[in-house]
Amino acid sequence: MGGHLNINHLMFLGQGALWTIGLSVIALIGGGIVGFVIALARISPLKSVRIASGVYVQLIQGTPLLVILFLGYFGLAAIGLKVSSLTAAGASLTLYVAAYLGEIWRGCIQSVPKPQWEAAEGLALSRTQRMIKVILPQAVRIATPPTVGFMVQIIKNTSLASVVGFVELMRSGQIVNNSLFEPFVIYAIIAAAYFAMCYPLSLFSQKLERRMGRGRSNLAPA
Amino acid sequence: MQQNPSSAPIVSLRDVQKSFGPLLVLDGVSFAVERGEVLALIGRSGSGKSTALRCIDRFEKVDGGEIVVCGHRVDRPDVDLRALRQDVGIVFQSYNLFPHLTIEQNITLAPCAVKGLAASQAKDLARKVLAQVGLEEKLHAYPEQLSGGQQQRAAIARSLAMQPKVMLFDEVTSALDPELTAEVLKVIEQLAADGMTMVMVTHEMGFAKGIADRIVFMHRGKVHETGPASILTSPTTPELTQFVGTGNLKS
Repeated sequence: MGGHLNINHLMFLGQGALWTIGLSVIALIGGGIVGFVIALARISPLKSVRIASGVYVQLIQGTPLLVILFLGYFGLAAIGLKVSSLTAAGASLTLYVAAYLGEIWRGCIQSVPKPQWEAAEGLALSRTQRMIKVILPQAVRIATPPTVGFMVQIIKNTSLASVVGFVELMRSGQIVNNSLFEPFVIYAIIAAAYFAMCYPLSLFSQKLERRMGRGRSNLAPA
Repeated sequence: MQQNPSSAPIVSLRDVQKSFGPLLVLDGVSFAVERGEVLALIGRSGSGKSTALRCIDRFEKVDGGEIVVCGHRVDRPDVDLRALRQDVGIVFQSYNLFPHLTIEQNITLAPCAVKGLAASQAKDLARKVLAQVGLEEKLHAYPEQLSGGQQQRAAIARSLAMQPKVMLFDEVTSALDPELTAEVLKVIEQLAADGMTMVMVTHEMGFAKGIADRIVFMHRGKVHETGPASILTSPTTPELTQFVGTGNLKS
């Protein structure tokens, strides 16, 4: 026990940081795909689909991520489904991210001015064609800054996956600290590592927002 | 041409009723548009003229009455909307060009996606309709690079590319200054001269007088007075007299 922080500890933390990135990517891709379906379901012409997706969003948004993670890991194990901590964390984060991205993207799709829908309808385009060729390309531009901004939240929230034994940056920090007992130094390093991952994204998001502001005239008049 | 008994009207509304909540917007509106005819819908704001126009293309569902457009029973819930909208072109006050597409892409989108036109044919078509509105040189421009008048002409070209049987114009010059209005009206005049069937909601009384075969004056959700363009200079109802007398008759 004890000893000093050395290169091996740092390597271990580095590995944890890589898993943080890995889990973030899984959450973003999984959550992005499910979230896109949620966004479309929220504006479906079918009322039952709108209601079902709305209930999903409300349930997830009204539940702490920590609880979702526990449910995914211990809950599934309790009913006989043994899942690895990576699977549990990946699935829980996917469900969580999907609810938020779905809501963000629904708002972006709906903020494309209604006359754009009408113009596309007036040209006899089908609903799918209107969506793919007219609405989504405009919605993507609106959605990019808030989506990048939300990615920062995802990266930080992956730290909660440490509670189900997934060794990402936070958990690897705890493990190193358990042997060194230098919490201030170690958690400062962890904080710096999270900051180093999140800050570039925040900057990128701000830059995108500024560009959006300039390009607002590109949007059709409301 | 209007006397030809074998040709049914392109557009016919009979006793059309429409409410927005408790507000009765159309109260038994009837009129018909024959092939090649230009009909101008005029009236005060809130008289129901824009709603009547939008009902023709089923942007509003009617509560009662009958609407037949190019053989489509628009008042019925089972109307084939995509078939209807291939026959009907509509141009809006706010142009509504797609900002992420070039003018050419704006024009070729529907002919390719809906009618299955090959890309090369669609491009030829785009050139042709842009020439019709005098904008050939703007083929590769984006909407934001065009003036309001140019955007509206491009929107008209986009509609024309679907080769509609009837064109609807919903206050298409209301967002434009007098100079830009003039260039758009010139394009519409040329369309009329080419024999296009048109229904237009307009506040340009001088223009309506010059181009319309028939005027429908709407007042409080009803067709209050209708007749040839001459009713604008010699109206018979006090409401139309007042309407054209309040400085609306520019020419």
